[in-house]
Amino acid sequence: MKSRLNTNNTYSLFSIIKSGFKKNSVLDISMSNKTPKKNYDVIVIGGGGHGMATAYYLAKNHGITNIAVVEKGLIGRGNTGRNTQVVRSNYLWTESSLLYEHSLKLWNNLSQDLNFNVMYTKRGVFSLAHSYQEARDVARRVTANKLNGIDSLYLTPKEIKEYMPIINISPTARYPIFGASLQKRGGTVHHDAVAWGFARRLNQIGIDIVQNCEVRNLIIKNNIVNGISTDKGDIFANKIAVAVAGSSTRFAEMGNFKLPIESHPLQAWVSEPIKPILNPVVMSNAVHAYVSQAEKGELVIGAGIDKYIGYSQRGSFNVIENATSAIIELFPAFSKVKLLRTWAGLVDVSPDACPIIGNTPVKNLYINCGWGTGGFKATPGSGYVFAHTIANDKPHILNEAFSLDRFASGKLIDEHGAAGVAH
Amino acid sequence: MLLIQCIYCGERDETEFDYGGEVREQRPLEPDNLSDNEWAEFLFSRANINGIHVEQWFHSGGCRQWFNLERNTYTNEITKVFNLKNQQIIRDKN
Repeated sequence: MKSRLNTNNTYSLFSIIKSGFKKNSVLDISMSNKTPKKNYDVIVIGGGGHGMATAYYLAKNHGITNIAVVEKGLIGRGNTGRNTQVVRSNYLWTESSLLYEHSLKLWNNLSQDLNFNVMYTKRGVFSLAHSYQEARDVARRVTANKLNGIDSLYLTPKEIKEYMPIINISPTARYPIFGASLQKRGGTVHHDAVAWGFARRLNQIGIDIVQNCEVRNLIIKNNIVNGISTDKGDIFANKIAVAVAGSSTRFAEMGNFKLPIESHPLQAWVSEPIKPILNPVVMSNAVHAYVSQAEKGELVIGAGIDKYIGYSQRGSFNVIENATSAIIELFPAFSKVKLLRTWAGLVDVSPDACPIIGNTPVKNLYINCGWGTGGFKATPGSGYVFAHTIANDKPHILNEAFSLDRFASGKLIDEHGAAGVAH
Repeated sequence: MLLIQCIYCGERDETEFDYGGEVREQRPLEPDNLSDNEWAEFLFSRANINGIHVEQWFHSGGCRQWFNLERNTYTNEITKVFNLKNQQIIRDKN
């Protein structure tokens, strides 16, 4: 099995020309609809980025390849393909910054690992401050980042203007800019490429991706889980890992335990494509908005969550209006740009804006949820530590603090103020 | 955008309201007697229902009164509006 993991049919000019003559689409591989076997070592429920990354690192780091990834819908149709592609690691608290930093380092080599270009672009991520207090908070976070060995800079309005001449730094602006943090290694990763890259790699390794397969119940005996019952029949496994974001509560109910999770709509939208005008990612916690320009030229804009819980994968228009008007105040040049489309994902928000990764009250059942609005950037890191947790039945040092029992012990990781809005 | 019927002011845009979360059991009368797990469950656990959900809303931009709604979290259809005091149904779509 190890050898299959190492076979990389690397790209060359010759292989590209050769592929041009045959029907060889990424979709063909990823969409192949496997009929599940009866038994696996591990079943990962949820075929999003986190679920597939978990299966990948179970194979790569722990030598477990008898795995099924069970997906209710289709690969790439969930939150993995709905986010705004931003990756960064400049979180305030040590626990979260180390976890996200681990992930950012994995993004660095993920294209080579998967033999699939995920288009990690280190375009830099700015977090703007619009008041004296916010400027102090941003400066504090920059210092905390430096202490944790994470690159982070504090910039004055003039320095920000040098990076993006179109930004409005006038002191009389509706949202005056007092300063910003900049993480240069932050940037964007193409989210569809992540979905297809992982799916293709899992296929190469021989991990079964079972699509259109809804899990109806967990098979639990004496508080030990040993299988799932799905609309494609019962499937048994030694260990079950749940990485289902907004649907986590349903699985907790099946396991007869409770989660501190609420599912909210989170919206994003893109403009018509325009010529390159904005290189970095710009986010602002105060105005609940962030913007970047995709490779194709569209402005990608995101907001905070809709306030009510909702499973509809659509949000309210006022959220779009508020965030867009704030972006136009910051970048008046965008005022005539037309919106192309809007969409929403279904995010699982935890009380402290930090994920829950680890064991559950049910033996051999593991959960990875609560990423809220910031899960995409953590995709490889989340899979890495979750795979470790599953293989060893205990958390990796990086996710020890993110256990479910922190809500009873009171040891929360309060990222809400620092990072909870614009992920 | 949700169109919400305030029990006093009638139908208004969602922007006039604040969401107050799901309607839950009463706060434990003697929290000191609860274990950490029980207290955490009251404090943090949520039913997070996909379907018919009874929730609290506050007409912050209007009459500043609280009331309850029954909303389908999947279709966003608001089916019932309750008076907070006596849970009297003010409006029932069915």
